[in-house]
Amino acid sequence: MRAIAAIAVNTFRESVRDKVLYNLVLFAVLLMGASYLIGQLTAGQDVKIIKDLGLSATAFFGLFIAVFIGIGLVSKEVERRSVYSLLSKPIHRHQLVLGKYCGLVLTLAVNVTVMAAALYLVLAYMEHVASPDAMRAWDAPALDSALLKAVALIFVELTLVTAIAVFFSTFSTPILSAALTFGLYVVGHFSSDLRNLQDVVDSPAAARLARGLYWVLPNLAQFDVKADVVHGRVVPLGYLAMTTGYAALYISMLLVVSVFVFSRRDFR
Amino acid sequence: MTARTLTKGAGAIALATVLMAGAVQVQAMRERVYPPAAAIEDDLYVRSGAALRRLTVAYNALGADVYWIRSLQYFGGTKRRLAQLRGPEPPPMLALDEYPLLYPLLDITTSLDPRFNIAYRFGAVFLAEPYPGGPGRSDLAIALLEKGLYERPDKWEYMQDIGFVHYWYDHDYAAAARWFKKASEVPAAPWWLGSLAATTLAVGGDRQSSRIMWEAIRQSAENDWLRQDAERRLAQLRALDEIDRLQRVVDAFFRRTGRPPSGWVDLERARELPGVPLDPARTPYELGAEGRVRLSASSKLWPLPEEPKRLGGPAS
Repeated sequence: MRAIAAIAVNTFRESVRDKVLYNLVLFAVLLMGASYLIGQLTAGQDVKIIKDLGLSATAFFGLFIAVFIGIGLVSKEVERRSVYSLLSKPIHRHQLVLGKYCGLVLTLAVNVTVMAAALYLVLAYMEHVASPDAMRAWDAPALDSALLKAVALIFVELTLVTAIAVFFSTFSTPILSAALTFGLYVVGHFSSDLRNLQDVVDSPAAARLARGLYWVLPNLAQFDVKADVVHGRVVPLGYLAMTTGYAALYISMLLVVSVFVFSRRDFR
Repeated sequence: MTARTLTKGAGAIALATVLMAGAVQVQAMRERVYPPAAAIEDDLYVRSGAALRRLTVAYNALGADVYWIRSLQYFGGTKRRLAQLRGPEPPPMLALDEYPLLYPLLDITTSLDPRFNIAYRFGAVFLAEPYPGGPGRSDLAIALLEKGLYERPDKWEYMQDIGFVHYWYDHDYAAAARWFKKASEVPAAPWWLGSLAATTLAVGGDRQSSRIMWEAIRQSAENDWLRQDAERRLAQLRALDEIDRLQRVVDAFFRRTGRPPSGWVDLERARELPGVPLDPARTPYELGAEGRVRLSASSKLWPLPEEPKRLGGPAS
């Protein structure tokens, strides 16, 4: 456990050294700039759009961090041959994979937390300057705590995407890993189409295949509750718990397979 | 950091600033010599909301925001362009070709975010507004609101808006009353919708009942734009009343002198009016050579709504 924690902390430090957290500055500038411009352009929809923008940017920046750092976590060590010196130390291969994964999850946690805080700050400012009449038109209050549910599910989705990226990076090249991870990300958001394919195809075999893929491929659409919280619709805690449970099991499965693949790799 | 490093840094920034300023100057010079083409006409490459829902993956709501901003810019830009062409007699044939992208833009916005309340409500007003303020497509306005009702069947505001489109733009008071009544039956609906339904059915088209409707809309408006729009409509109704009053003064002058007044100054001299009459937007009314009083085309209240066909006339 201590070895995993040490690798995780080092992975986090490495991402800080690689200036990954600079995206937070970009995020803050984007939100502040948008909060001014959007007020002029949106006919009273500024709070809704800032929420949409803040949550989407959190998901978008997080996705790029998860994919582009995730795919390099293991493969970069192999490419640089630093994996030899790492594995010559008293650590197991599974500790290396899990430590790297946890390190990136820590980076994502810091990112998502700071972005959520920045979003709330901008929203607090908007609430401060809004007239009571403008507030009456909002679907949900500016400083709605339900936004945290969307942020939490974005984070859970990102940890799943990271696990996918780590999985591919244990046996593939970085470019192919990135392509495959992005591919799965897109497919994961269209899982309902796979579920409903039987309604549009006549072939029972194709319908069964689609149904099978629906259950096997990661269902990422369920983590997207951004529009619901922005419109003030209730996202039950039970839903949150079940989607998080699904992600935990799926991530565990991916990490088990990643560890297995990485353990069998021959680095000679 | 040494002094030398600092000097080097300052030098680099100064050089970059000079180069940037140079680039800006060259571009400005090029634009003077070879003026850039006029803005490219707006276009929509993908018109299917369902396709865009897929293309935007997990960012549907943000996509809807982008299309909403595009809708506003498109509507505002077209309206401004047409306002520059406007005169006392608008060319109605032009309306056929104007605002072709407005409905597709609003349709995409509401397909990407089916709960985008304001896109339905503002969008319906934009679509129904007659030329040159809009395309005059009350059918599309109702279609957009019905799309919203499909998503949120309990939204009495959409029913009220459909009733309003029937009332104000189509002058179909029976349909308007039916929708107001339907809206009043929604559990959370305000009490006055029931009265509005009854008034519309009884004296639909009467200027006073229009005033009641706009006053109700003004009081229940959930944002500034809707409230300001209702206030503008109320001001237009006041202008219609004032035009009727002024017309009576002009007609009386005509009967007395046997000729129409050559301008407001004749009526001032005859002590019929204290001065040049101003509309509620503080623009002088116009008096035509034939003795007809009308709103100036440069008034913020122009064009006035079409007078109801059934029970038009001054307010009681």
